[in-house]
Amino acid sequence: MKLRVKFAKSGAMRFIGHLDVMRYFQKAIRRAGIDIAYSEGFSPHQIMSFAAPLGVGLESRGEYFDMEVRSYTTLEEVKAGLNRVMVEGMEVLNVTALGEGEKNAMASVAVAAYTVRFREGYEPDFDWAGAMEAFYAQPSIPVTKKTKKSEVLLDLKPAIYSLEVEREEDGIPVVHMQVDASSSGNIKPGLVMEAFLRGQGRELPDFALLVTREETFTNIGTAEEPVLVPLDAAGIRKGQEGGRIGEWNLPDAAGIRTE
Amino acid sequence: MRKLALSDEILLKVEKPARYIGNEVNSVMKDKRKVEVRMAMCFPDVYEIGMSHLGIQILYDMFNRFEDVWCERVYSPWVDLDKIMRDGRIPLFGLESQEPVKDLDILAVTIQYEMCYTNILQVLDLAQIPLRAGERTWEHPIVIGGGPCTYNPEPVAEFFDVFYIGEGETRYRDFLDLYKEARREGVSRREFLRRAAKLPGMYVPSFYRAEYKEDGTILAVRPTEEGIPAKIKKEIEMDVSDTYYPQKPVVPFIKVTQDRVVLEIQRGCIRGCRFCQAGQIYRPVRERDVGMLKEYALKMLRNTGHEEISLSSLSSSDYSKLPELIDFLIEECRERKVNISLPSLRIDAFSLDVMRKVQDVKKSSLTFAPEAGSQRLRDTINKGLTEDAILKGAAMAFEGGWTRVKLYFMLGLPTETEEDIRGIGDLCNKIAAVFFETVPKDRRVNGKVQIVASTSFFVPKPFTPFQWARMCTKEEFLDKAYLTRTAIHSQLNQKSIKYNWHEADVSVLEGVFARGDRKVAEVIRKAYEKGCIFDAWSEYFRNDAWMEAFEECAVDVGFYTTRERGMDEVFPWDFLDCGVTKEFLAREWEKAVAGEVSPNCRVQCQGCGAGQFGGGVCFEERDGEGA
Repeated sequence: MKLRVKFAKSGAMRFIGHLDVMRYFQKAIRRAGIDIAYSEGFSPHQIMSFAAPLGVGLESRGEYFDMEVRSYTTLEEVKAGLNRVMVEGMEVLNVTALGEGEKNAMASVAVAAYTVRFREGYEPDFDWAGAMEAFYAQPSIPVTKKTKKSEVLLDLKPAIYSLEVEREEDGIPVVHMQVDASSSGNIKPGLVMEAFLRGQGRELPDFALLVTREETFTNIGTAEEPVLVPLDAAGIRKGQEGGRIGEWNLPDAAGIRTE
Repeated sequence: MRKLALSDEILLKVEKPARYIGNEVNSVMKDKRKVEVRMAMCFPDVYEIGMSHLGIQILYDMFNRFEDVWCERVYSPWVDLDKIMRDGRIPLFGLESQEPVKDLDILAVTIQYEMCYTNILQVLDLAQIPLRAGERTWEHPIVIGGGPCTYNPEPVAEFFDVFYIGEGETRYRDFLDLYKEARREGVSRREFLRRAAKLPGMYVPSFYRAEYKEDGTILAVRPTEEGIPAKIKKEIEMDVSDTYYPQKPVVPFIKVTQDRVVLEIQRGCIRGCRFCQAGQIYRPVRERDVGMLKEYALKMLRNTGHEEISLSSLSSSDYSKLPELIDFLIEECRERKVNISLPSLRIDAFSLDVMRKVQDVKKSSLTFAPEAGSQRLRDTINKGLTEDAILKGAAMAFEGGWTRVKLYFMLGLPTETEEDIRGIGDLCNKIAAVFFETVPKDRRVNGKVQIVASTSFFVPKPFTPFQWARMCTKEEFLDKAYLTRTAIHSQLNQKSIKYNWHEADVSVLEGVFARGDRKVAEVIRKAYEKGCIFDAWSEYFRNDAWMEAFEECAVDVGFYTTRERGMDEVFPWDFLDCGVTKEFLAREWEKAVAGEVSPNCRVQCQGCGAGQFGGGVCFEERDGEGA
């Protein structure tokens, strides 16, 4: 039986890297007494699959991992059990059961939704909200993406599934974007912001952005006509107690997008 | 939500920001308005090393069980953050509250090895606490030191207000009450320290004066006032089964050196190896009740979620209930998929059987610590291990499928000759030969045996029979290492043997600090001012800066290391009493030179003096005789 765990990471936990988050949950699962399945062999390990790695410094309200369990009582109890052993800044938001043959969390990831703010003192010195929307309206957005080995020229446009700028109550603009998060085409929100500022003849300084990952989606449509749903709505076994479709709350900017 | 002491910008810039954010599972948060004493426990090295230390976990748990106390943790900021904090004048903070250490009442520093001395100064300096105790006021925390290096605290005495000599479980409650009382009464800091100096086990250096003879050796270390004790006896917890031990140790986010549940099964060691300080200062051996250990093992595994448990002691094979404990752990850990790690086991039929059950034979290696290459020298250092036992153990292990052997030796031991050193090569060769004799060709995995011999340089330590011994110079050490290498290379099976040795500079410094006096403090301060920190890390150790510091302070390295010491010399640490008498140590020194062995505590009491504590191995029923 596979369970999919959705969790949030905030506060000081932003500084815990992906591998350490994995180790953290391995220990948390033991503390919670969850009847997790182990691999065979001399040093058995817990059977888990984490969705998309989150960069150090980012908050998230939409992280996922799958775990194979031998048994469990109810999904609510698994969630409550894990939350009893969490530290401040880590919270389990949802636990759902996956149907047989569902793709694991890592293979399911297609798109992630982010909100991006400029840190205080790092805001661009022009009215950038309107310019950002014009930037997104361009038919193509060529950028060079630096990898460890080389630089590749690519078009950001098809990798951005949606982008809008919203003014919060205090008038500060916030960018909501949905971008490719698949293992082959993952885009960091910083790359989009950097391309935007470059187009304005400006550079994006280090540490300028405050980024929150709001949700991670899988694509249940096709490449041409994507239908994006949050990972915890993907493989739900119908009739299973817990997680019915419709229970999940979509964040404001994250919607099912088909155009 | 807690506000972090460091900004996002800094935390994203430094290596492993998780070192500085606290918030770990089982770390203790309290309401600072509801406690009377705030303190921090410090291990003056990087987080991953400090978090692996059992002593701090024990004391952190003990202090936080006191309702009126909140104890936090603090470690040395790594070099990258060190620079940022200096440049930005950011005060060092406790991991829990993220508030400056300088605003706390007490800073307790564990001093585990000599090469962390400059890191103590780093911690004080970054905390914005004056380095010299004499310059502190009530504006600053009381700085108290503990741990093995306090058995000769003199080289760092001027940096500490108090040293706690011995095991922490017994006197801290009294110390804290005395502190609360002094603050309530509004007495001076000096008066508080005067009262503290009268508590058993407490050494307040500012109430003692060291007088020297013309030749530079100690005449006496004497109290400066009436009522201050002339001799300070170590504190010891005699009931190790009914005392403080954590059930919820702190679980770090990042990988640390000791990333597992640690179960301390006993304190002390019956063996009496003559080079070993731990074997003397933790006497007598006290075993923990096996029922307590079983209970704590399960609780700690449940409360941490660790996937590994390790037994800790100086010589686990000597724990009398070891088979019962291991059977229990194997049973429980199999169920929970927890690994068991068993360091410091003597290689014999029992331990090989156990190791086969808990380890993957193909991936693990055997470890022997003969410490010396010849039987003569092993007798001199009172290392009970014989060549016969090593070869038999190796043969059994090879039969069982092991192919890797690690051997540890020391170079520069008292009375060592070239023949003893060549013995290291011979012993390695014989072990390889045993492999080829025991394992037929068709059963040899990869066709090979791997023997790794490592040597360290011998540093004489206080409160050991070798405290009188002359230490080698750097050049002598290196000659010995080259000779070892040549001896190994000339062996028939040399292709199966790998040899590792270390640089000698650090050992020389360790030698100065181990048996140093108060005159050495100035050198440590000077080296720190020249930028020396993390001396235990070879990439940051700067021998040239240290040598300059010795020169500028006109302190002679050889006086502390290579000088021959007479039997009547007064040592800087003689005013401390670790329970073992100087007479016993002198007897052992004479027996060492004569090449005579002493039986271990369970075979025959040697009258070391530890019997005065009224318990432990000294009062066990022995076979055929009463206690």
